[in-house]
Amino acid sequence: MASQEILREEPSRGSFINDPKIRSLFFQTLVVVLLFGSIWWIVHNVIDNLQRLHIASGFQFLRGRAGFDISDTPIAYTSDSTYGRALVVGLLNTAIVAVAGIITATIIGFIVGIGRLSQNWLIRKICTVYVEIFRNIPPLLVIFFWYSGVLAVLPPPRESFHLPFGSFLNQRGFYFPRAVWGDGAWLIFVAFVVALGMAWFVAHRARQRQMATGQQFPVFWTSVALIVGLPVLAFLLAGMPLTFDFPKQSTFNLTGGFLLKPEFLSLYMALSCYTAAFIAEIVRAGIRGVSRGQTEAAGALGLRSGPILRLVVVPQALRIVIPPLTSQYLNLTKNSSLAIAIGYPDLTATAGTVLNQTGQAVEGVLIMMIAYLVLSLVTSAVMNVVNARMALVER
Amino acid sequence: MQEHDTSWVRTEMALAEPAPLGERGAYAWVRKNLIASTGDTILTILGIAIVAWILPQVINWAFINAQWTGPNRTVCATVSQGGIQPDGWTGACWAFVNAKFGQFIFGTYPIEERWRPTLVAILFVALLVPMLIPRVPRKGLNAILLFLVLPVVSFFLLSGGAFGLPYVETSRWGGLLVTLSLSFVGIVVSLPLGTVLALGRRSKMPIVRLLCVIFIEFVRGIPLITVLFFASVMLPLFLPAGVTFDKFLRALIGVSLFAAAYMAEVVRGGLQAIPKGQYEGADSLGLGYWQKMGLIVLPQALKLVIPAIVNTFIGMFKDTSLVLIISIFDLLGVVKQNLSDANWATPQTARSGLVFAAFVFWLFCFGMSRYSMYTERRLDTGYKR
Amino acid sequence: MRFVNGRQCTGNGAGSWSGAEVGAAFTHEKDQGCLGSRGACKAEKGLWVMKHIAIGILGAAALGFMASAASAGTLDTVKQKGFIQCGVSTGLAGFSAPDDKGEWQGIDADFCRAVAAAVFGDGTKVKFTPLSAKERFTALQSGEVDILSRNTTWTINRDTALGLNFVGVTYYDGQGFMINAKKLPGVNSALQLSGAAVCVQSGTTTELNLADYFKSNKMEYNPVVFEKLEEVNAAYDAGRCDVYTTDQSGLYGIRLTLGSPADHVVLPEIISKEPLGPAVRQGDDQWYHIVKWTLFALINAEEYGITKANVDEMKNSDNPEIKRILGQEADTKIGTDLGVSNDWVVNIVKAVGNYGEMFDRNVGSGSPLKIARGINALWTKGGLQYAPPIR
Repeated sequence: MASQEILREEPSRGSFINDPKIRSLFFQTLVVVLLFGSIWWIVHNVIDNLQRLHIASGFQFLRGRAGFDISDTPIAYTSDSTYGRALVVGLLNTAIVAVAGIITATIIGFIVGIGRLSQNWLIRKICTVYVEIFRNIPPLLVIFFWYSGVLAVLPPPRESFHLPFGSFLNQRGFYFPRAVWGDGAWLIFVAFVVALGMAWFVAHRARQRQMATGQQFPVFWTSVALIVGLPVLAFLLAGMPLTFDFPKQSTFNLTGGFLLKPEFLSLYMALSCYTAAFIAEIVRAGIRGVSRGQTEAAGALGLRSGPILRLVVVPQALRIVIPPLTSQYLNLTKNSSLAIAIGYPDLTATAGTVLNQTGQAVEGVLIMMIAYLVLSLVTSAVMNVVNARMALVER
Repeated sequence: MQEHDTSWVRTEMALAEPAPLGERGAYAWVRKNLIASTGDTILTILGIAIVAWILPQVINWAFINAQWTGPNRTVCATVSQGGIQPDGWTGACWAFVNAKFGQFIFGTYPIEERWRPTLVAILFVALLVPMLIPRVPRKGLNAILLFLVLPVVSFFLLSGGAFGLPYVETSRWGGLLVTLSLSFVGIVVSLPLGTVLALGRRSKMPIVRLLCVIFIEFVRGIPLITVLFFASVMLPLFLPAGVTFDKFLRALIGVSLFAAAYMAEVVRGGLQAIPKGQYEGADSLGLGYWQKMGLIVLPQALKLVIPAIVNTFIGMFKDTSLVLIISIFDLLGVVKQNLSDANWATPQTARSGLVFAAFVFWLFCFGMSRYSMYTERRLDTGYKR
Repeated sequence: MRFVNGRQCTGNGAGSWSGAEVGAAFTHEKDQGCLGSRGACKAEKGLWVMKHIAIGILGAAALGFMASAASAGTLDTVKQKGFIQCGVSTGLAGFSAPDDKGEWQGIDADFCRAVAAAVFGDGTKVKFTPLSAKERFTALQSGEVDILSRNTTWTINRDTALGLNFVGVTYYDGQGFMINAKKLPGVNSALQLSGAAVCVQSGTTTELNLADYFKSNKMEYNPVVFEKLEEVNAAYDAGRCDVYTTDQSGLYGIRLTLGSPADHVVLPEIISKEPLGPAVRQGDDQWYHIVKWTLFALINAEEYGITKANVDEMKNSDNPEIKRILGQEADTKIGTDLGVSNDWVVNIVKAVGNYGEMFDRNVGSGSPLKIARGINALWTKGGLQYAPPIR
């Protein structure tokens, strides 16, 4: 009965109202109109607000004199530099802490992740506790923890901990001697580059030979010898052009040497520890994702446990690991914006200061967003290249 | 013919011998799990060293030396710092947490009105618990009550200004109250919004798809802080002259939009996992787009990604702590704010307060992740191949 | 809302659901009242209900949270909503900080109460919005607050490029330095601070003055910059930096919140002019005048000895100046011309006292801060506080 009604209604479906193409066209037009309508409305409001309140707008302010100092400056910067340069300093600081954090988090994460699969019950439990603690606490809290923990434990500058090699540790940070290169230091750098090239060449030839004849060549040790040996040789040849600038005590703080500030240290440690917990889980899933048969088959072929791990398990595990690893790297980069809470001058903090000194909120927030977007895109692009190289080559 | 002599064949089963002494009991376990090889033994010794170094310190600090009650900083400060503890004492200052507990939970919500958030919390638990236990019937009604009725009731209860309840400005909300309400609203808004975005991203309409992709990728590419700055600093300029939003509402919008973008990707994963046959089957039944999605595809897709959804919730719950950067005082914000109270300024205060906040966050997140694992196991049975 | 979507592109299926199962699941839905199954109809109805509930919630939330100040003058809007929205700091003792009960105290908070008294005759009709340094200007520009009374320095840039109008100066301040004398014995001048680590709040004029001061005196320093005042306090207290710099009044307030206040001394140098005052939006002269003259009324009241205690007696004073200020002159139009009632000054003084009382109660001798009047004394007593006559 009911189905007959439907059948009778069928012709009306042919009317253009029910034509999927026309409907889709209609919806899309509607969406576009709504979107442009609201964009126009917002832009209109912004312009109206800015004009009514006599707020300056535009990006000219970037060329103005900043007037404030920044604590960590990887490139030359003084209060006479421009707002634009201040933002670049912030961006570089973000990049530095992100790269350092990514490297450390990966190392800790791999260790803990493998530890969770260890045969050893105690190691397994310790790693599990680590992961469960850090995964379930907000990163901001971890940062505060490190910061207040670091500040509370360390002594004031006059009672610094003396560490080997003329390093000091106190509330103002970690001081260590800075290498000052003399004349002829370029030779060492050149030697290093040459060594890298030679190592690559040796590896390439060894591989070719192994493919052709089956004979192996100790590539690893040769490379180490080349990469360490050549620069050392150059160093000796150039007459040892290296002196150290040791930190010294002055009225308030230690001067000279190289200083890692507690803000950087705690942000870096917190980001590394926090992200490492997630990386550990990814690594664990990756290794467990490689079926046991692979290991057994490799063993049956006569490979020993080292080569099995290096040649069979890890390459396959990496294939599973890399995509989620990428998103963890992105998360770490984005979480570095929490630096603002402890006063590390990253992009968010400097952009916030610039925004505040100039009062140009719209431009400030816009710059911040675009910069992070670019950073994210660059990170994903790099990881996509890595991923493409790792991906399964299908015949 | 020769008779087979079977007399030497046993007619009954041999009783199983117990495993050799070396393969059972505590010793075997230790050998297998702790000292299987030289490397393993070294690791074990290392592990024992780490545990022996950390654990006594933690227990001493958190329990044995801790100060549980007290009127002010003197109970947590050493003699040289102007307190009553012997010099060299270190222990948790739970007295601080104890004294500020009300603030940590409610912020500066007026004391005589605190029954309101308490009532909301009771309602919330009363609705949530049956929702979480699979055996309890009437899930639909429960869901409507929890996700639609409760927010409305809570809104009127918390902010007041109607039904004879005095109005409480959102600037006086704080503590766990803010953390929970931000994340609950975030969850309630982000799941449907994320689903719509995911459907949009897989839509056949190019413009809709493009817009969804741009929104999702843009939001996922920037940190939550910038979204919150956007909401607190820029949004007011987007509105016509004189129209303003409450700051709390702006943070809510920021957090919800942010979570929606992540949720969209999770739901998209679920949608992609549904075989084509399901879509085609739905089409062949004459179902329209929303019927197909609402009745066939989404129920399956969402079920598949429940663990991932819960993980997103956990992430969002942790992320709500970021609102302290735009001066909204959630649990972490209130704790931080109270650390600067001169009445409680001791070297132990900061650590104790932060450990307390960490413990509360940990409790919620760990609970959620355990529940997600439980659901995963429960739902998994249907898919075992 | 129904249209056929044709084929859907699907990814690799992880679930193993077959079409047949779906078919089976729907065979019992025989009675098809409308195009879809009955379940679909029900679901649609449910959807409709949900949609309306959702709209209801959103509407309620919007009504509850959105404050619409029509484009009419600020005075009308304020009168309409029945209170003044006042932007204050997130907590600076003596200027604006919540007490134990969550009530805002301090000079800046009291100034807003004075404006409320002028407009409504009731100093309690004011609500406070705590604002960070970053949010303060947009909050005022966008109309979220009606007055920004938040220890903000009056500069030309803020008057011109930011679209604000400062109404005057409630507190003449200057930037100073504080050090821990116990840890740094022998330092008694800011000029000895070369090489020090300096704690400062970001995005303030303080940060800029600091850079200028060290540069012009050819000294080095390490800035330790935080976003929030509490964070600067905590870092200084923890020994992260040697020196704390901000407005001197602020230093006295902050000193009280430190672990051992007695150890810390404020150095004598003042390195900048920091006239702190309330600001309003540009483009609304009437509101600007009301707020400005509220400040002048407070100062004039002190000059003529009108206090909270004697304001009612003073109404009968013989002094024509006092009578005029208090609106007791026959046919006076001073108040109504301003847009408020003629006894506005009476209301102000009844609510918060005169400027001197406000000062003493919040930052001066009657407060824990114990800051001397100094340049904030009346012009008749060698200070800078001077108000144009009310006539």
